[in-house]
Amino acid sequence: MTFSESFQSGAIRSAIARADSADANSVRASLATAPITLDSFATLLSAAGREAFADIAGRARQATVERFGRTMQLYAPLYLSNECVCTCTYCGFSQGLDIRRKTLRLDEVAKETDVLARRGIRNVLLVSAEHPKRVGVEYVAACIRQTKATMPYVALEIAAAEEPDYRAYADAGCDGVVLYQETYDEDVYAAHHLGGPKKRYAWRMDALERASKAGMRHLGIGALLGLADWRFDALALFAHARFLERHCWRSQINVSFPRINSAEGGYVPSHPVDDAALAQLVCAFRLAFPSAGIFLSTREPAVLRGRLSTLGVTHMSAGSSTEPGGYEHPGDAGGQFDLEDMRAPQEVANALRAAGYDPVFKDWESMTETAAVSRA
Amino acid sequence: MNDQLLIGGRAFESRLIVGTGKFASAEIMAEALEASGAEMATVALRRVDLSAPHNPITDFIDRTKVLILPNTSGAATADEAVRLARLARTAGLPAWIKVEVIPDPRYLMPDPIETLRACEMLVADGFVVLPYIHADPVLAKRLEEVGVAAVMPLAAPIGSGRGLRMRDAIQIIIEQATVPIVVDAGLGVPSHAAAAMEMGADAVLVNTAIATAGDPPAMARAFALGVSAGRMAYLAGRAPERAHARASSPLSGLLASTAR
Repeated sequence: MTFSESFQSGAIRSAIARADSADANSVRASLATAPITLDSFATLLSAAGREAFADIAGRARQATVERFGRTMQLYAPLYLSNECVCTCTYCGFSQGLDIRRKTLRLDEVAKETDVLARRGIRNVLLVSAEHPKRVGVEYVAACIRQTKATMPYVALEIAAAEEPDYRAYADAGCDGVVLYQETYDEDVYAAHHLGGPKKRYAWRMDALERASKAGMRHLGIGALLGLADWRFDALALFAHARFLERHCWRSQINVSFPRINSAEGGYVPSHPVDDAALAQLVCAFRLAFPSAGIFLSTREPAVLRGRLSTLGVTHMSAGSSTEPGGYEHPGDAGGQFDLEDMRAPQEVANALRAAGYDPVFKDWESMTETAAVSRA
Repeated sequence: MNDQLLIGGRAFESRLIVGTGKFASAEIMAEALEASGAEMATVALRRVDLSAPHNPITDFIDRTKVLILPNTSGAATADEAVRLARLARTAGLPAWIKVEVIPDPRYLMPDPIETLRACEMLVADGFVVLPYIHADPVLAKRLEEVGVAAVMPLAAPIGSGRGLRMRDAIQIIIEQATVPIVVDAGLGVPSHAAAAMEMGADAVLVNTAIATAGDPPAMARAFALGVSAGRMAYLAGRAPERAHARASSPLSGLLASTAR
């Protein structure tokens, strides 16, 4: 059975309803459950959980240090293409928007990678809009090989794919796949994904299982906060992560909680999520999944990133651009969304050091011979 | 008294091996390493930038005093572990390797089958091989037969600080061993390390308990003392454990004198 087949939105709504009557005692009881259940998780995210944030945050900080030490991994996205056949209400790359479109050639990928390498980056997330013709399997595999020539760690955040395609990416040296469901609320999903292959809600939901079967080491899940009730999506992420733990036991599970930022197209979130809720979510997730990586991007401002870095976040992007070719030639193509934290990687690293954290640029080595040959 | 630890033809005065991960900075790591007195320190190859002229971890280790023991953390198969080991040797690190083959990212449990395979290949390739394993006595013997230099059973899951949860199995491993046994992973406080040494372990490896302590150098020193105390106790030969009290000033002589 796949995750989409086992997913029960009714169970999640019931858990949220039960957690509405949570009090300080039930928060304490939830903190004592091990492993944390769906109901305990809902309680930590409730209004009573928000009241007890200091307790939850203290435990989350401790759990993070126990597992990851006082370290923070840094990475950068590398946008390959903003050409897109999908129509999504919130996205700056949505088909039909009047932006300058571009798909990087391999030599341009190499130049972007070189810029990032000079800045100290050793961990790259290749990102692309969805365009089956311009961003096909062979092109993506070639981009992975190109990037892997310089970078020990390369992950992908592109359109959902079939298992053989994921295998081609893994064979090219790709270490992980990031794929956000955006929202697990099927009706809301349909209301925001109006055209293109991304409309297939269940197919997207099961993509990471296909990626894991194809040998991907790291699986990144997430929801785009602001589209639907954040508690619903948080509990759905909980259910998804628990499912992946059992069914994809060889894969490391990572999570991200991106909040919608302003983008070309002017979408305004119908369910805005405040900083306190984001912090509550980071902490609750840490307690429920002690070994999960928690990613925080430059969508969030530097000050908030600094605070969240001590609570549960383990990976931060730094010095990001969301335009294809944006590291070498900023401003030549349209970006996906606006960024808040514009600091260079070394500035982010220095701030982390000042806060008593070791910024880690490299935490991976290419495991396959093919990648080793290309790096030599 | 000469009580050196011999592994792979090399003698060590210290029986505490430390890991270099999870520290807040390389400077704190170096201070803790110094305070521990350790002569062997593990370094995750995945953290080392072999292409860079300077490295944030290895540059801070005094190689005249401390042997760097590279580990294959990140490898999930035997082939990956072998590749990492060869990469390290090519880059000038010692031909010593702590084999970690861990397919399970949550509890970080080592894969016994792939570990055995990796050790076979690496011993054949001339490495001094120290495999990290679950506390499995038969696997420990199989690895000895392959020719590993030491066996490193876990006390509890990595980073858990739960102490000697695998005590009974480790006792069997120690009793049957013909190579040094290094109790690795899960030791949370110096008394855990002392207990492992009292049982007859040849050495212990500690990382998280030192790296994430409030004062890592002080905790490193405390572990060094715990290891020394445990080793001395083992060599001294402990008094037997009994179910009932036994007076420390025996009364038998007293009765004999009354009878006279």
